[in-house]
Amino acid sequence: MTTMISVSGLTKDFVLHTQGGTVIPVFADLSLEVAEGECVCLHGPSGSGKSTLLRSLYANYKPGSGHIRVAHRGEWVDLTQAEPWQVVEVRRHSVGYVSQFLRVIPRVPALEVVAEPAKLVGMPADEAEARARTLLTRLNIPERLWSIAPATFSGGEQQRVNIARGFVRDYPILLLDEPTASLDAANRQVVVDLILEAKARGVAIVGIFHDAEVREAVADRLFEVTAFQKSAA
Amino acid sequence: MSAVMAMNPVAERRPLLKVNKLTKHYGDHIGCEDVSFTVYPGEVIGIVGESGSGKSTLLNVLSAQMPPTSGAVEYDLSAKGLRDIFTLSEPERRKLMRTDWGVVHQNPRDGLRMNVSAGGNVGERLMAIGARHYGELRREGLDWMAKVELDTSRIDDKPKTFSGGMQQRLQIARNLVTRPRLVFMDEPTGGLDVSVQARLLDLLRGLVRELGIAAIIVTHDLAVVRLLADRLMVMRRGHVVEAGLTDQVLDDPHHPYTQLLVSSVLQV
Repeated sequence: MTTMISVSGLTKDFVLHTQGGTVIPVFADLSLEVAEGECVCLHGPSGSGKSTLLRSLYANYKPGSGHIRVAHRGEWVDLTQAEPWQVVEVRRHSVGYVSQFLRVIPRVPALEVVAEPAKLVGMPADEAEARARTLLTRLNIPERLWSIAPATFSGGEQQRVNIARGFVRDYPILLLDEPTASLDAANRQVVVDLILEAKARGVAIVGIFHDAEVREAVADRLFEVTAFQKSAA
Repeated sequence: MSAVMAMNPVAERRPLLKVNKLTKHYGDHIGCEDVSFTVYPGEVIGIVGESGSGKSTLLNVLSAQMPPTSGAVEYDLSAKGLRDIFTLSEPERRKLMRTDWGVVHQNPRDGLRMNVSAGGNVGERLMAIGARHYGELRREGLDWMAKVELDTSRIDDKPKTFSGGMQQRLQIARNLVTRPRLVFMDEPTGGLDVSVQARLLDLLRGLVRELGIAAIIVTHDLAVVRLLADRLMVMRRGHVVEAGLTDQVLDDPHHPYTQLLVSSVLQV
């Protein structure tokens, strides 16, 4: 199977200069490989560094040392070494990220929020919007909300808009940070289905799933981040 | 973090603007020192820092409104390639500023002609590059007023009768009408009501992306750069202390000053 993500020797500390230079070690010498069609669940107690690792895989956090190689258009790009414009390209084409919370942009309607990533890679507007409508329908966002900016939506509605946005493109790599956290059972099942369909298409997925049922439904294996804590070494 | 990057598809990685060790001293006082960076076509760069950090000085030198003490600003003059803007002849530089560049001032009064009609303000840059047909200028004027969401029936009114938010949108129309490749903006949302700010930001975001314009935006508002900028430079006491992808710098700041800046923002 083709490897899509290859992490090696990854170390991340936070240095809090505003608090007297306190150093918070998160993980050290961490390695992880994810193949296409595989779903890896980052596991461990709260504060063990799951989100830090996930954000590092999106180049949102900058690790102190090590390498994060992701498959991008038939080549490896090391996100720890990449220029900002390369990271933007990788995010646009190869790596999707569904955060826990939607960052609401004033005045942009929900349908546009969802369709935007597809349009950015050149999908015709009508096709992108058709895909956005299909996803919003599947995720039970009532049609009357599509033309409204999501600022006034409930937490669960915002999260579903965020999920739709993450799935509107067929990213070869998807990073999911608790995608079902504030969803009811019916919507949770929709998200599980979306993840399983993505896996079947060969998408490599790394996620944080606190819900045991969701985890069992989608994850091929658990990855214990705590195994790479410095104290354990 | 889910804010989408506004960068254009990278067909070519030919720099639009190359800044090399740019320094501006005011006597013994440092305006900005040893600043180097590159802007690519379609890229939006944010410059943040507190008052007195040198960000406006830097913008003024970059946009050739002030000569540097040392260092170079090179701009891609399509046919001629990268050229130091301070070695251009005066007519060359003026032409550049009227066509290829735009400057949006914090105070619209600095960027508009207050006693000329709104339509005249939009048409001026077009006339500077040779447009003379009245009907054509009028049509562009109406078109751009609509683009920046101004009531087109006010095309013959003078900007001094406009509100601050309307003036700022007119200033943007006036600058973008020649489809510049690079726009400099100094606190474009400063002094506006929050609701007016949101509208302006959304408008800017849409226009910059639609037209593929590169922009350098100076602001002290981190929310503004989060929404608009692909990359961010943090300035303090005339120096760039941290730079990188906007979400990286804001979500995982490394420099003590950036950490202080980010942690000082009130959560809404």
